[in-house]
Amino acid sequence: MEQNAGPLSDIKSPPNLRRVAIDPVSRVEGHGKITLLLDSENHIHEARFHIVEFRGFEKFIQGRPYWEVPFIVQRLCGICPVSHQLAAGKAVDQLVGVEQLTPTAEKLRRLLHFGQTLQSHALHFFHLSSPDFLFGFGSDPAQRNIIGVLEKYPDLALKGVKLRKYGQQVIAAISGKRIHGTATVPGGMNKPLAVAERDALLVDIKNILAWSQDALALNEQIHTAHPEHYRFATIHSNFLSMVGGGGELELYHGGLRARSATGAMIFDQFDYRGFQDILREEVRPWSYMKFPYLVELGKEQGWYRVGPLARVNNCDFISTPLAEAARKHFREFGQGGFVQDTLAYHWARMIEVLHCAESIQALLHDPDITGTDLVADFDEKRMVGVGVIEAPRGTLFHHYQIDEQGLIVKANLIVSTTSNNQAMNESVRSVANEYLEGNEITEGLLNHLEVAVRAYDPCLSCATHALGKMPLQVELLDADGTLLDRLSKGSNGVIERTV
Amino acid sequence: MIRQLTLNESDNMSADTKQNTITIDGQEIPFLAGQTIMDAALAAGVYIPHLCHRQGLTPHGSCKLCVVDIASKNASACTMPAVAGQQISNNTPALNEARTTITQMLFIEGNHICPSCEKCGDCTLQAMAYHLGMLDGHFPQFFQRREVDASHPTVMLDRDRCILCELCVRASREVDGKNVFEIAGRGTNARLIVNSASGKLVDSELETSDLAAHICPVGAILIKESGYKVPIGQRTFDLHKVSEIGLEKIVLTKVRQPDE
Repeated sequence: MEQNAGPLSDIKSPPNLRRVAIDPVSRVEGHGKITLLLDSENHIHEARFHIVEFRGFEKFIQGRPYWEVPFIVQRLCGICPVSHQLAAGKAVDQLVGVEQLTPTAEKLRRLLHFGQTLQSHALHFFHLSSPDFLFGFGSDPAQRNIIGVLEKYPDLALKGVKLRKYGQQVIAAISGKRIHGTATVPGGMNKPLAVAERDALLVDIKNILAWSQDALALNEQIHTAHPEHYRFATIHSNFLSMVGGGGELELYHGGLRARSATGAMIFDQFDYRGFQDILREEVRPWSYMKFPYLVELGKEQGWYRVGPLARVNNCDFISTPLAEAARKHFREFGQGGFVQDTLAYHWARMIEVLHCAESIQALLHDPDITGTDLVADFDEKRMVGVGVIEAPRGTLFHHYQIDEQGLIVKANLIVSTTSNNQAMNESVRSVANEYLEGNEITEGLLNHLEVAVRAYDPCLSCATHALGKMPLQVELLDADGTLLDRLSKGSNGVIERTV
Repeated sequence: MIRQLTLNESDNMSADTKQNTITIDGQEIPFLAGQTIMDAALAAGVYIPHLCHRQGLTPHGSCKLCVVDIASKNASACTMPAVAGQQISNNTPALNEARTTITQMLFIEGNHICPSCEKCGDCTLQAMAYHLGMLDGHFPQFFQRREVDASHPTVMLDRDRCILCELCVRASREVDGKNVFEIAGRGTNARLIVNSASGKLVDSELETSDLAAHICPVGAILIKESGYKVPIGQRTFDLHKVSEIGLEKIVLTKVRQPDE
C-alpha cells in the first residue's frame, strides 16, 4: 500500500474530495478522530488521524520549580505515568549535575520501569486489544471487550489481569502507589526497597514468567496463523529506538539508533542530549499533535516508527535468554529483513513482557536492590536537561530549560504517540483503502480502523470507554459538504443510521 | 537549627493547678486564667479544628475553622478567653458543615493542585479536607493568577497555595525577631507580600533557619529542592491525623532542610 501512497498533504479545502469523519475512536485511551478524504472516484486521498485534545503541559509547567516537574508531567497519563516521571527525573538529574546514579538508585529505577512496561503492555494487549483478535475485528461489540474475554476465556483474561496487577505491585513497592506515586528525586530515589517488599514480589515471579511466556506464545500464534494479519495496516517505515552500549534492547538508558526500512543504519549510539540535531517536529494545521521526522531524511521521508516493533527490530540482541530466543524467532519471521507488519506490534510487545519478567526476577535477586545509598552527590548545576526513555509505546523525550532561580523557562515533550503520528496516519489510510466500500460506512470499517490505531497505541488519554460502548459517529460528506451517510454508536452500544 | 516556639507554662498546665472549668461537648475541661478556649481544649486533649493557630504565637482568629458555639453564639475558640461555666459545642454537624464550606472556599480561592504539590501528604489544608470529609470544591474555581517568588537561594514563595493564615507573619515577628511577611490588599485581592525594597524574598532578611521559612501549613513557603524526599507512606498525614493533639510539634520537628 505504501508504494501507492505519496506523502500526506495538508489540503485545507480539498477540491472534489469527500470527507469521512470517524469521531471518536473507541478503546483508544483518549479522544481520537479519523477523517478520510475521498476523491471523486471514492479512493482514499488522505487519512488524517486527529488528536483533538489540547493538553498544554509544556506551557503550564513554565514558571514551576524543576523538582516539581516529574510529578506534574506524570499526570499526562494514567497508564504510563512512571515513564514520564522517569524521563523527567533523568532530565532533572542533569539539572543538578548528576551524571551517574548510585547502583541502588539506578537499579530501583530500572525495576520500576520494568514493572511499568509489564503492566502497560499487559493492559494494552489483554484489556484493550485482545478482544479484537479473540472475537474477530467485526464481531459483536457487546462481547468484544475485556468483560467478554473474561466470560469466554476466563483463564487467559485472568492471566492478563494478574500480569498487569504484578507490574503495578512492583510500581507500588517502589513509588508508594500503583499510579502516580513518587519515586525520583534529583540525583536518585526517595525510598529504598525493603527486604520484605522484595520478598513479597519474589513470591509470584515464577508465575509471572510462565504467564508472560503464555502471552507471548498466544500472540505469536495469533499473528503467524493469520496471513491476513501480515499486511493489515502494514507500512514500511524507518525505526527509531534506544539501544544499550552493545546494541541490546534497552528501555531505561542508552544511545539512540535509527535504521531505514531496509535495515540501513541512519545513526547509532547517538547521545540523546543532542536529539535536536537529529530530530525535528513539523506542525500541521489540522492536528494538535506534531509530526517529528529524522533531519537526515527530511520531512517527507524522515518519519519513523517507535515502540515494541521498532525496538525488537532495531536491537542486536536481548540480554535475557527467553526473550532473546523469542526475538530470534521473531526476526526469522521477517526472513532476514525487519518485520514491518503493524499487527506484529503485539507480538513484539509480548517479547518485551517476557524480557520485563526476566529482568524483574534478576533485579529482585540483585543484592544492590535493597541498598540504601539512594542519592548521588550533586555537581555544578546546569540550565538544560534532556531525559529520554523507552516508554511502553516508544521513545519518549523530555527537554527542559530552567532559569537561575530553578524555574522552568521552556519545556518540550515528544511522546511516543507523537513519534508514531505519521505512521498511524499511513496505517489508517492503508486500512481505509481496503475496507471502505463506496458511500457505505460500515461498523466493520470503524472497527478495522480502530484495530490499526490500537496496534500502535491505546493512549490518547481517558479510559472511560474501555468496554467498547463509547459513543461513536461516522459521517460521510461529499465535496460540497453534503451529508451522505452517518452511522452512530450510542453509549449503550446500539448502532443506528441517522441520515 | 531552626528557631523554636516557646510555650507558656499554662499550655502545659498540670491537673493539680485547675481551678475553673468550661464544658466542651459535655466534657468538663479545666483552664487557667488568661487561657483561651483553644488553649484549654488542646491542653485537655480536645481537638478543635484550626489552620491559623499555633500554640506559642499570638492567636489570630482569621481562618474561622475553630469557631465554636458558646450558648448559641459563635466565636473563634483561639481568641475567645475561657470563662468559668461556658457551655461550648464544638464537634457538631452544623459547625462541621460550616467548617467544610470554609475549607472548600480556601481551596477554590487559591490554586491547590494536590496531585503534584510537594506538600501533598504534609499539608494541613489537605488533611483538614480529609478530616471534614470534604468531597469536592463545591464552588467555582477562582483560578487566580498569583506570583511565584523563587528569588531567594533556599526558600520559595508560591502564592498559589497561600491561605492567608499569617502564621509566617507572626513567626517572623514574634520568634525570628524580623518582619519579613505581611498581608496586603483586601478581599480577593489579599495577598502575602514581602518586606523588602524589591518586594522579593532575596532582598528580605529571611534566613533558612527562620521559623517563618518552615511554619507554613500549606505549600506556600517551601525550602527549595527538598520536595518529594519523604516517600508516600511516611509523610506526616500518612502517619498522623490532623486531629492528633500535639501534632504541630511533630510537624515542626520534621521540617525539611535545604541540601546546601
